Amino acid sequence: MSFQLFVFYLFSLILVGASLKVITARNPVHSALFLVLAFVTASGLWMLLEAEFLAIALVLVYVGAVMVLFLFVVMMLDINIDRLREGYWDYLVPALVVAGIMVAEMTVILAGRYFRLDGMPAPAAKPETYSNTRELGKLIYTQYVYPFELASVILLVAIVAAIALTLRRRKDTKFQNTGRQVAVRRQDRVRMVSMPSEKPAAAPLPTDEAAG
Amino acid sequence: MMELFAQIQEFFGPVWPLVWAMVKIVAIVLPMLIAVAYLTFVERKVIGYMQVRLGPNRVGPKGLLQPIADALKLMTKEIVIPTGANKVLFLMAPILSIMPALAAWAVIPFDPDLVLANVDAGLLYVMAITSMGVYGVIIAGWASNSKYAFLGSMRSAAQIVSYEIAMGFALVGVLMMAHTLNLGEIVRKQEGAWGLLSWNFVPLFPMFLVYLISGVAETNRSPFDVAEGESEIVAGFHVEYSGMAFAVFFLAEYANMILIATMTSIMFLGGWLSPVPFLPSGFPWLAAKVAFVLFLFLWFRATFPRYRYDQIMRLGWKVFIPVTLVWLIVIGGWMQTPYWPWK
Repeated sequence: MSFQLFVFYLFSLILVGASLKVITARNPVHSALFLVLAFVTASGLWMLLEAEFLAIALVLVYVGAVMVLFLFVVMMLDINIDRLREGYWDYLVPALVVAGIMVAEMTVILAGRYFRLDGMPAPAAKPETYSNTRELGKLIYTQYVYPFELASVILLVAIVAAIALTLRRRKDTKFQNTGRQVAVRRQDRVRMVSMPSEKPAAAPLPTDEAAG
Repeated sequence: MMELFAQIQEFFGPVWPLVWAMVKIVAIVLPMLIAVAYLTFVERKVIGYMQVRLGPNRVGPKGLLQPIADALKLMTKEIVIPTGANKVLFLMAPILSIMPALAAWAVIPFDPDLVLANVDAGLLYVMAITSMGVYGVIIAGWASNSKYAFLGSMRSAAQIVSYEIAMGFALVGVLMMAHTLNLGEIVRKQEGAWGLLSWNFVPLFPMFLVYLISGVAETNRSPFDVAEGESEIVAGFHVEYSGMAFAVFFLAEYANMILIATMTSIMFLGGWLSPVPFLPSGFPWLAAKVAFVLFLFLWFRATFPRYRYDQIMRLGWKVFIPVTLVWLIVIGGWMQTPYWPWK
């Protein structure tokens, strides 16, 4: 068994285990953390496939940003774990359908010779100077520039729409006007008053000491 | 010598590449940890002098053994695990926070030939690995089962995620200058006839500032240390930690500082390049630049009062991100004209 194969099986084992724990862990925070582990392992597998850009992007986007926000929300929710488990078996039928589809897809790949998959040979190993990132960048900004830009505009519209749909301005919120705070000058806040250090002598008040 | 080397190589047989990689990793991590220990000492000394105090001066000559005394103290202390804490995650959090700080060093070039892994997508790798550092903080806050710790971790998570965006945009400018993601190549592209004026910080000056300040925020250092905020939430996410578990968080913070300082030196200050053409380039220059940026970190801490939370968010989202976006357009347009001096 070559080293690559060993790494592949090791990562696959971790990936399958982590994915199982995502759906079976009792605590949603644990589920989210196992999902993070699954992402990192999947990224390792992509690295094995020489898709280093996608692998790093997976970690950067999903592990570094999406799952952090996810975890944020899950931690803030006051979840009753027992209530959450109630509907677990209700999802059995849709889950079986999804699993059936996945088994069928895997069959097509694993039993590829019955489906003439060998007509499409595996890609040859790339030379050492080959840079996946560079090639991807070139393709995205030349051949696929319009679909790429279109996708980014759609994403931008989605972001703006999400904010526009959920933004509720309360009438009684008070904002600090930072511009005015910054523009403030000494004269606006401090008033210099010239005061003599002692009051002019008035009629002496009777004090405790004097009385005692 | 070479014979002995060959014999050792033969002894390990097929696992030799693994062993050799481990040796190289230790050769990077060990000096790093020593540097971290002495950075804490330097910090106390520098801030001490800035505040007209002496700083630690009792242990060893001029207090030089202070970090070792601190390490011994922390190692012999008990790790208290709070009631109701999630024990596994509680102990895993410090490890999760130091892992990225150490793993990122794999692609950092120390001089033209000295790099553990000369990865083509090195910059992306560093960004991806450092983006995982936030998990240690979040998990520490949640697993402690304490409100102060949780508040601290929430603040820190929001802060790190926001400033990562500004940092990413600042690095896009570096990519436009270098046309590559390989850190060694990025340094080599900064080599020019004018010495330090051909480094990236001249054409990318706004981005250099944004990266440096975001770096301070990313590492939760003062004046952006609301995650710790002693005056409001005691010590933030690590309030429940003691002994070695606390020390690991501490190590991670300082290792991250050194990492950010190194990245700043490589991206904007020309890495190992010499600032003047008549002196040879090499590792000492990189060390000097890193030391300078680290000094800035300490200087900031001694100088500025802590930002309010809403000010931090405003600075990240409404100042830094627009500044980098505008400068990207300026640089992009300027590069297309014949008046672009950094070729």
